[in-house]
This record gives sequence, C-alpha cells and structure tokens, in this order.
Amino acid sequence: MADTHDTNPEGAELRRNGTVMAQSDVNDWFVREVLPLETMLMQFLRRGWRNSADLKDLCQDVYVRVYEAAQKEMPVPAKAFVFATARNLLIDRVRKEKLVPIEAMADLDALGIALDEPGPDRSVIARQELRRLQTALDQLPPRQREAVLMRKIEGLSRPEIAARMGIAEPTVSVHLAAGMATLADFFHSEKIETGGKP
Amino acid sequence: MTNAPRANNPVKPASIVQAEAANWLERTERADWDAVAKADLDVWLAQSPAHMIAFLRVRDVWQRAERLHALAPSAPEKVTTHGLRAKPMLLALAAGIGALAVLGVVGARYVAAPQVRTYSTDVGGRELVAFDDGTQIELNTNTVLRTRMTTQSRTVWLDKGEVYFRVHHDPAHPFTVITDGHRITDVGTKFVVRRDPGRLEVALLEGRVRFGTADAKSNAGSDLLTAGDQAIATANSVSVQKIPLTALKNELSWRRDMLVFDHTTLAEAAREINRYNRRKLVIADPTVGRLTIGGTFAKNDIGALTSAAREMFDLRVKEHGDEIVISR
Repeated sequence: MADTHDTNPEGAELRRNGTVMAQSDVNDWFVREVLPLETMLMQFLRRGWRNSADLKDLCQDVYVRVYEAAQKEMPVPAKAFVFATARNLLIDRVRKEKLVPIEAMADLDALGIALDEPGPDRSVIARQELRRLQTALDQLPPRQREAVLMRKIEGLSRPEIAARMGIAEPTVSVHLAAGMATLADFFHSEKIETGGKP
Repeated sequence: MTNAPRANNPVKPASIVQAEAANWLERTERADWDAVAKADLDVWLAQSPAHMIAFLRVRDVWQRAERLHALAPSAPEKVTTHGLRAKPMLLALAAGIGALAVLGVVGARYVAAPQVRTYSTDVGGRELVAFDDGTQIELNTNTVLRTRMTTQSRTVWLDKGEVYFRVHHDPAHPFTVITDGHRITDVGTKFVVRRDPGRLEVALLEGRVRFGTADAKSNAGSDLLTAGDQAIATANSVSVQKIPLTALKNELSWRRDMLVFDHTTLAEAAREINRYNRRKLVIADPTVGRLTIGGTFAKNDIGALTSAAREMFDLRVKEHGDEIVISR
C-alpha cells in the first residue's frame, strides 16, 4: 500500500458544487467500501440482466456513477447507494432497450433483503480473503499462474522470471499483466464465495 | 438516491479498460519505470473515472496478493515450468506436437538471423507468444504455426488450428500470414485466423488486412477486409460478410478459456467443445443436433455442457470410453 501516492495523481482535487474532495480520499473510500461489494453486485446484475456478456460493462457503469457521485459527496452507507445505483442503471437500460424486464423487476424487489444483512466481521473477512486469493490463483491459466507465483511468492524480477520460464521478458510482462487482470476477476467471482465456505 | 444526469461520454468496454489498467500496473513494476512513464499513466487515469476505477481495482487485488507470500514455504514446488521451449523447426518436429502445453518464446527480434520457429499447442492448449516489436499472437487449441522474422519482413505460416493476431504495424516490415493457399497481409490490426480442413476463416476486430491467394504477385484480386468483416474461404469460394462485434468477441472467448454459445445448435456446440477435449461429445440423433442452446462454458468442461443440454431438453447421456453420447 506504500506506493498508493506514487501512482495516484496526488493532491489532485476536484471541486464540484463548492465542496472539495481529495481524489486520494475518494480512491481510498472506493477501494475500502465499494470494491468488496463486487461479488454481490455482480450477482444482483446477473439476476436483473439477461445477457451475461454485458455484466462487466454494467458493473463498470455502476462503478463510474458511484465514483462520480462520491467526488461530490461520499454516500453513506455505501452499500445502499451502490445497489440503488445498480437498480437505476438497470431501469435506464431496460427503458432504453425497450425490453420487457420480467426478471429485472422481480429481483429488484428482493434487493431490500440483501441490504439488511449485516456484513461478516473483520476477522472472518481476513480469513476469507486468503482463501479467495488462493482459489483465484489456482484458477489462473498455467503460464500466467507460474509468472504470478514467481513474482508474488518468490519475489523474482522480470529477467529472472524470463530466464526460469524460458521466455522473453516482453512475454513475462504480458503474462503478468494478464494475471493481474484475471486475478482481480477471480478474486471477486461468486464461485469462490459459494465453493469456498467451510 | 437518484443519480445526477451525467455527461454522455461513451466508456470503452470494461474488459478493455481492465486490460489497459493491468498493463499500466505491470509497467509500474518494471525496472524502467520513470517519471515520464508515470506522467503518461496520470494522463490515462485522468481520461475517465472508469480508468481510475479499473486501476484501483486491479491494484487492490494485486497488492492483497502480497499475503500469498505467507504461503511461500510450500508454494515454490508448485512452480514448475512444464511448457516446452520454442526450438528450431527440425527439433520441434522431432519432438512431435503432441507434447504437453506449448512452447515458450524466444524473443524473435526481426533483426536476428532469419530462422524458422515452430510453435504449437495440444488439444485444449492455448499459448501466447509476444515479440519484441509489440506483436502478440495467441494460439488456440490444436494449432501449429511457423514464424520467420527477417530484416525485411515478418511471415507466419499457419499449418493448422486457430490464431489471434495483434500486430504491431510497421510499414517497413510487413506482416504476412500464409495459410491454406491464402495470404493475409496486415495493414495494422487485430484479427483471427482459423484453419479447419477445407475451410479458412479470417475475421477482423480492428484495422485492415488484405486477403488474397498465396501465390499472387500483387494485391490485384485480393479483398481488403475492415473491422467486423469475416471472410470464409473454401476450396472453390470466398465470401465476405459483416458480423456484429459481439458475435466476433464470442468467437474469441477461447482467449479466456471459455466458449460462448448463443442460439447455437447442439451439433455446432459439440463440434466446438470437441476441439478442446480428448473426450468427445457425440450427438446420436440429428433432431437433437438441431436443438439450440445458449450460455458460457469453460472450454474443458464437457460435463457442464452435457448436463445443461440434458436438463433443458430431457435427453439421455451415455458414456462409452472417450465418447459421451447424447440422444433422446
């Protein structure tokens, strides 16, 4: 986490509606409060939207709306705001695409239940997190996984990984970047949640 | 709790933004990361909240993965390089193409001495090859190709199978794919080439390519394909049609180890999944073959496809050795 400010445009401030919100505060809030909801959010979107190919884009749209709102004022509680945003987005889409939203409407009503559930406490989250990471890692394609393991567990440099895997450095970079992207998806995917519970 | 109306600036597809974010994150860890590169990253991050969010999201999980370090004592033994190395053609041929996974890469700088290299994948395999010029090619299941990179040109022969090309355009070094009597000349682009017995398919995601016969001396008689074009060549015909980008992307879902079916007949779905598996799905009854299904399946999960079909249409499934037979 130490390099947070290294890669964030530090000090960038957004002035909207007279309030000033440091971008790094919004970013921290987003990582802390919104990203952990992704598994549930994707479940919600999946029930509300027929075409699974659109889900990632819908999720991105929800995130952008939430992020833009937070730049003006951080919504509290985050969870209720995220799901209300998702609901509104689905309704917008349904209208725009003139679809008959049978599933969308039925399941949107079930939303209230999910919002009332208390989240797991921090120690449970920490245990789950390690398990999620492991499971996510296990699901990576073999070459990506190799590169990620060497980088993250053995702490090898790119030239070292290249030599070990017998591939060129640009290829190592490609594997690592792909590994980073897929790891993020698997980390948030539902399969881990349902399959990994004791 | 309503959202304020927001500027209607179209955001790129999430998968693309995510891939870009991961590329940036990966760059921050390289030895040559410097202030100039960081300034470029800041520009990218400022372009859209979607960029910032994707970057935060990928970085968050990547940083969490530091915790895996705690598992270090048991983990290194899992780290085995089971891929074969790219090797000169004769050796590769001698080794046969049946071996596990594929060949890694030797950075094929095209200033190096011209040398033909062979890359291949086994049934169910998939492998990415990145070149120093920025070109990337990705081999799908059961594929064999040869490359020859010289100071003048870059040439790939696709002997069988399917390959996704992301070519770094360089007018000084034309990029050419030769396969099944046809020649595909890149004009800077992303495209996929699939060679099945008696049928060749070229589809373009971006850019332009020329598509003509392999022995033509000039571009005369060749087709210029643009994004969304799909050309299908058989022994005595070539047809070109536009197909929707989503359909194209579904065709490329193998790059994520998935198969996406959308109103696909069971016969076609079986043919597709069989490309990736040693065990084969057999549709015993033509009327069953015409039923259509949709969904996303892991390419190696014949069982998921079989049980989806069985449950949807109340079919019978029998296994005989390496064959899974579906009938009424």
